[in-house]
Amino acid sequence: MCLGIPAKVVEVDESGIGKVDYLGTKVKANLTLLEDVKIGDWVILHAGFAISQLNEEEAQETLQLLREYTHIKS
Amino acid sequence: MKEFRDKKVIQGLLKEIGKKAALLKRPIKIMEVCGTHTMTIHRYGLKKLLQKAGVEMLSGPGCPVCITPNEIHEAAIELVTSKTDFILATFGDMTRVPTKKGSIQSIVPAEGSRVQIVYSPEESLEMARNFPEKDVVFFGVGFETTIPAIAITVKDAFEEGLTNYAVLTALWIIPPPLRAIVQAKDIAVQGFLYPGHVSAIIGENPYRFIAEEFGIPGTIAGFEPGDILLAILSILEQIKEGKATVANEYARVVKAEGNLMAQAVMDEMLETKDAYWRGIGMIPKSGLKLKRKYAAFDAEVKYNLHIKAGSDELPGCLCGEVLQGKVSPPQCPLFAKTCNPDSPYGPCMVSFEGACLAYYKYTWR
Repeated sequence: MCLGIPAKVVEVDESGIGKVDYLGTKVKANLTLLEDVKIGDWVILHAGFAISQLNEEEAQETLQLLREYTHIKS
Repeated sequence: MKEFRDKKVIQGLLKEIGKKAALLKRPIKIMEVCGTHTMTIHRYGLKKLLQKAGVEMLSGPGCPVCITPNEIHEAAIELVTSKTDFILATFGDMTRVPTKKGSIQSIVPAEGSRVQIVYSPEESLEMARNFPEKDVVFFGVGFETTIPAIAITVKDAFEEGLTNYAVLTALWIIPPPLRAIVQAKDIAVQGFLYPGHVSAIIGENPYRFIAEEFGIPGTIAGFEPGDILLAILSILEQIKEGKATVANEYARVVKAEGNLMAQAVMDEMLETKDAYWRGIGMIPKSGLKLKRKYAAFDAEVKYNLHIKAGSDELPGCLCGEVLQGKVSPPQCPLFAKTCNPDSPYGPCMVSFEGACLAYYKYTWR
């Protein structure tokens, strides 16, 4: 149920309704739960609503941690 | 993202987990609260690999389809079988949950009525707009991840003044059952793997009491195998240090404060109520219902449903025990015999997030 899909915003209108691209498929998305959402942002889509924006800096940090633990050089 | 599933990365993390676990009294019992985590753990074979490393994963109550008690499923069935020109819209899994009255999928709707599977609550509202001659009820089930979407949909219906739309709510909030599980002391959970997307909405604070009152560590986790193993390492670290906290491994999605806009719309539309969870029973302030201002959109009020809480479970089904981590699915005498994915006897075998289905598909044989 709490499955969320990472998808990229490709359209957004003034009322916060837009479209996201998920693996090449464009689907309607309600983006009204997010502040300052822009085309190109990555979001987590759940039941037709974007519930969160992905933070690239944090993603890099987690990856870094992953690499440290497993001694893989980036 | 590939690195989160990379074989070498996973092996490295498991080795690290084994090393950390070896310093502690094994097996270390960690509950994964969320059903989507249960699926990842089983699908990628982590259940057995973690067992070897000294960590026992227990499935928790994080499957909203499963924990919604029979009486609410039966109320939905009652509506669509007794009302003419009626549309019952809901998520796919909900239609397959067996009750004593059958499942939503197996019953025959009344004349001019039908069941409609939707992906988003907004689709059900669209149906109410398109079919003004029919009454539309959305059987809305979910945790905090889904609740804001349902709240916004009702708000839209209210603002448009629609009179043929209502929601049969089965809305659950995650922190109260965790308190119930810890207080029941049936299983000694040593750490919690907190759900990623529920946390994207509520943030870190609502779990704080588990660390502060009960001294149990926990970490919010993402949904890739690497995410889950990193979070388990963080929990082991907390146990070793004797310092319980609410850590966040999924910071790329979860902000410490959560999604404030989503919290605001939930506060605006809904209020807490004492609610019955399948198997666990009544948990104070663990459910949400629409505020009085929006009562016209509450199917329970609109159709004067008297949903009697605490109706009998399906005889022999151990779903309730499974949801509290007391019983592992294969320990249920019905598992893989009279209860299987093609013909589920209980809800934990129905839902894509049900622990029984996860075991059946990936771990059992």
